[in-house]
Amino acid sequence: MFSKEGAVAELNHYLILSAVLFSIGTAGVLLRRNLITVLLSVEVMLNAVNLSFIAFGRFLGSSDGQIIVFFVITVAAAEATVGLALIIALFRHVETLNPDAFRQLRG
Amino acid sequence: MGFDLILFYVFAAIAAVMALLVVVQSNPVYSVLLLIGSFIGLAGLYVLLDAPFVAVIQIIVYAGAIMVLFLFVVMLLNAPREEPAPSGLLESGATRAIGAVLAVVFALELAWALSRSRTLATTDAYDMPRSFSVPDIGQRLFQDYAFAFEATSILILVAMIGALSLAARHVLEGRRRG
Repeated sequence: MFSKEGAVAELNHYLILSAVLFSIGTAGVLLRRNLITVLLSVEVMLNAVNLSFIAFGRFLGSSDGQIIVFFVITVAAAEATVGLALIIALFRHVETLNPDAFRQLRG
Repeated sequence: MGFDLILFYVFAAIAAVMALLVVVQSNPVYSVLLLIGSFIGLAGLYVLLDAPFVAVIQIIVYAGAIMVLFLFVVMLLNAPREEPAPSGLLESGATRAIGAVLAVVFALELAWALSRSRTLATTDAYDMPRSFSVPDIGQRLFQDYAFAFEATSILILVAMIGALSLAARHVLEGRRRG
């Protein structure tokens, strides 16, 4: 999997770290019952993807990876804003952050 | 072992351990602060990947702005501790077995995919590092990606209006009535 000299961090190192981070984020989204922690886990997943974008861009000798990361950060900001606004609106209704508590379409 | 590789392992350990603590932490305030630590580790990795500008953006915008927004909301809601797991569907042995099998399959799939990426991984791109300066990135962003950049501004506008109309709905309705 790795080259023999092993003196520098290679693409595979970064990809494995990215996969580990993405798995941690996925586990958080699936296992946690606190909406804020779920959103934080989504941020972990987004950052794992950012890491692979930058690693691929670096090893292909292109700046496209970095530019895509800017857009991902912007989308993450928009997602966090709307997600947190939704959490605030839901919390006013039900006084809980447990996603299992939101069972009704009508508030 | 080169200095570069040691730095990689240090930053990778910071990023991964902090991310793991984010997920297992029961207090959301600690989760947010630990995630900032994870982002600092990732910023170090971006510097190693010759992307210092993204590293700075990661610290200033991600850790500095987005995470502070999370912290505001956590403190605004006076977020309660997580409720214990309901005994029922999630606790049954069958769902745990299915989950464990899926996790193992996923890990094997990842290992298989990464073991086949040898051709890309061993290119000699590392011998000729191409560092992109901020002017380079700005020029590409405003020329080749100008449309996406402008579309992003519409996305942010939509997100802003959406957040306002969701979070401040009762304020807006009250003003309309009053």
